[in-house]
Amino acid sequence: MSAVMITRKLRKWEKLPGKNTFCCDGRVMMARQKGIFYLTLFLIIGTCSLFFAFECPYLAVHLSPAIPVFAVLLFLFVIAMLLRTSFSDPGVLPRALPEEANFIEMEIEAANGSVPSGQRPPPRIRNVQINNQIVKLKYCYTCKIFRPPRASHCSICDNCVDRFDHHCPWVGNCVGKRNYRYFYLFTLTLSLLTIYIFAFNIVHVVMRSVDQGFLSTLKETPGTYPFKYEYILLLVCFFTLWSMVGLTGFHTYLISLNQTTNEDIKGSWSGKNRGQNPYSHKNIVKNCCEVLCGPTYPSIAAEKSSAPKDDPPLAAKLPPLASPETDAETSIVKNQ
Amino acid sequence: MATEFHNLQEMQHTASLVTKVFIQRDYSEGTVCRFQTKFPTELDNRIERALLEQTVKTLNSYYVEAEKVGGQSYLEGCLACATAYIVFLCMETRYEKVLKKISGYIQEQNEKIYAPRGLLLTDPIERGMRVLEISVFEDRGSSGSSPSSSMSSCSTAR
Repeated sequence: MSAVMITRKLRKWEKLPGKNTFCCDGRVMMARQKGIFYLTLFLIIGTCSLFFAFECPYLAVHLSPAIPVFAVLLFLFVIAMLLRTSFSDPGVLPRALPEEANFIEMEIEAANGSVPSGQRPPPRIRNVQINNQIVKLKYCYTCKIFRPPRASHCSICDNCVDRFDHHCPWVGNCVGKRNYRYFYLFTLTLSLLTIYIFAFNIVHVVMRSVDQGFLSTLKETPGTYPFKYEYILLLVCFFTLWSMVGLTGFHTYLISLNQTTNEDIKGSWSGKNRGQNPYSHKNIVKNCCEVLCGPTYPSIAAEKSSAPKDDPPLAAKLPPLASPETDAETSIVKNQ
Repeated sequence: MATEFHNLQEMQHTASLVTKVFIQRDYSEGTVCRFQTKFPTELDNRIERALLEQTVKTLNSYYVEAEKVGGQSYLEGCLACATAYIVFLCMETRYEKVLKKISGYIQEQNEKIYAPRGLLLTDPIERGMRVLEISVFEDRGSSGSSPSSSMSSCSTAR
């Protein structure tokens, strides 16, 4: 009849609601659907493996050994950026705890006054002035907070994300304040890698055909089954190239204006009657520096943040507002 | 008026929570982290205005220091980029260093100023940098405060 209480302190990320999956004790944070991310990995690693296996030996011998070396470095950088984008916290805003949610509700009700029954209450919007521009902060009914400027709620991950750009299925995660620069570097270096492989693929074909004559090149190059690997490479690179270069160009444009994809799609700062972007420094270099070389924000969700202490335990009576989720400890009672 | 708590631990373990007051973010200067210096009316008879204002102003200055886009942040960014951000596995970023300072500052302020008055500041990082939460504990000096009346009106007001 004795009960054994096992108390284990819940990590911060274990308490986080929302549809994220975590690995490695909270160091890896991704969305739930990861299928397309595995496809991205497969395409990059597969294409590069074909390049290293079939093209590089010839190029290293006939041109320069620096070519495969540089390709390896570029490939490693691309993979590092991809993993960094996919695995890091995009800037998730934790949901309001019950006390905060109630406090905000009280403020809203005080501001609205009494609404006659039958009438819909006014929409929950707060206006703030940023750099002479009125910005509307919307209330998030899921997270129970007024979203900070530039934040948006991702329905796939079910979180509010700060400086929300978009949810990218190719990296299996949202792109937000914390991982935008890694995402941009990923698209940039992947474009470079694709161009590099495409270019040297063509160089390889040209050099072989000069050596041997074009028709025999088509027949004799390595991997000559129905599928000639270098033609697969050329095809994959060709299509990847256009999409990646286009995407990189688009994000370079956004960075120079200090806008997010979300704002661009919604047309928040375009058009005459919408106003000017209050976050832009009106200087391309300053905008780029802020986005790419700005401070690295801490993750609020992960355990590794510098203030891992939870709420001080309240031993005596708690007010009715506190819910079990705010307790720092979970107890598992075993009856023996 | 002033309560006679001896230290932070004693207050945490024996006092009961009355309410929580939230100081919101001040977005007038953009998305930089800054808290409003407006004094919440609920704390009128618990703490002097100047003290709270000083705390909030100091916190704001810490955040400005953390988020400053200048020579050091460029250097850090470029160095990290050149190493494919692997250097962040071994090195602490400037923001994290400042956050540690902030955490120490809040602890010190709690011990010296807020706990003796029955208040407790929560580090904003624990609340997603959205609010500065001030927990108000039972005022031992006053006779029999009733914490539940204001709370029940909150929970039914949906």
